[in-house]
Amino acid sequence: MAQSIIKKKPVGKMLVMGLISTALYALLLAKQDEVNILFGKGSWYAFLPIITAFVFSFVHGSFTGDFWTVLGIEAARKKKEVR
Amino acid sequence: MHDIATSFINLDAITILYLFGVGFVGGLVSGFIGSGGAFVLTPGMMSLGVPGLMAVASNMCHKFPKALVGAMKRFKYGQVDVKLGLVLGVSAEAGVLYGAGIQEKIKATFGDAGSNLYVSVAFVVILATVGGFVLYDAWKTYRSGNANSEEKAGKLAMWIQSINIPGTMVYFESINARVSILFTIPLGFATGMMAATIAVGGFVGVPSMIYVLGAPSLMASATELVIAFVMGLGGSLKYALHGMVDIRLAMIILAGSLFGIQLGAIGTTYVKPFMIKVVMGVIMVIVLFSRGLMVPVYLSQLGLIDKLGDTTVKLLKTSSFAIMIFALLLGAFIVMRAMWQGRKAERLQHAAGALEHGEV
Repeated sequence: MAQSIIKKKPVGKMLVMGLISTALYALLLAKQDEVNILFGKGSWYAFLPIITAFVFSFVHGSFTGDFWTVLGIEAARKKKEVR
Repeated sequence: MHDIATSFINLDAITILYLFGVGFVGGLVSGFIGSGGAFVLTPGMMSLGVPGLMAVASNMCHKFPKALVGAMKRFKYGQVDVKLGLVLGVSAEAGVLYGAGIQEKIKATFGDAGSNLYVSVAFVVILATVGGFVLYDAWKTYRSGNANSEEKAGKLAMWIQSINIPGTMVYFESINARVSILFTIPLGFATGMMAATIAVGGFVGVPSMIYVLGAPSLMASATELVIAFVMGLGGSLKYALHGMVDIRLAMIILAGSLFGIQLGAIGTTYVKPFMIKVVMGVIMVIVLFSRGLMVPVYLSQLGLIDKLGDTTVKLLKTSSFAIMIFALLLGAFIVMRAMWQGRKAERLQHAAGALEHGEV
């Protein structure tokens, strides 16, 4: 039986993550003076840039991954032999 | 330590676009060969007026989340050996601390010019030997017509795998063999030292996984992302404790590099494994010339050779930076081209398959 598998593109998820990502960047740039002072304090405040980096990587990473998928740029369909 | 309040630069639209663009190209190359980009990003930020330490710190803080996203993506393709990455990553962290200590001592004894000379000489020596060998090996594979065949561990790797030191043996999936951690520790340490010295540990980490441990190129470059994550996280925390991270710069670079790293990772599924070596070797050899150009500048600043004229110094500095950007762009171009060709070949193959089965 000929079966064609059409994968649904994650347009909705991409848009949601794209919006959250844009909001995070807008917030970071809008509040940059406060952020610089707070993050520049060092000591226990050192965790702030680390947490920020993890949050941005999760949101923006998800968005960029879906972005290429929606554009149709995906990994080779045939699983690559790595060895 | 710098005055933190005055260290943060003003960001305008051009600066943001510049950081985003360099981040994208750096990410593309990192996604493919496991590292790269930092050698352009750090001087690139410094050229915008960011103090050296803050540029290094901000680069580190964009590196670990980028490496995390890249490693997760390539894990899906079955290319990451998490255990090897963590084992090497922990010893690399020790290497970073030791390398940074050496840097500080050299800076305290010989000043900025001495420190820069040390970095440039390390660049030239490491890139000439390792980069030359990687490129030669890629060329040999291409010429032999075995580019499509399975990668085999070399003689050195076979010897390392054959040595059994009781109590230290660990099985690594990528190598498909047990290797003593007494061999992996110095490799990780050297990778970390390079990361602290020339900002690109992968130039030692990836070739050592391929040639010393016997890992396939695709797995070595993907596993390097785990090492980069461990090193980057530790390094970022170290700098953040002193308030040295400019999170705005780090996140803007990350914005571009996450687009790039996803694309670079996808690219690895389309290319022949020896292309990893081609891209890495080409970048290493070109960067070698870039850093080589700066050696006379630092020698002159230290008074070891006759003083160079201001115009000559400016010309050498500009040429050096331009060559570095060229290296990164050429690397990105090779990745994109290889990926484009791979996609084209796959489409043709599918079209032929569909015709064969009468699906059209």
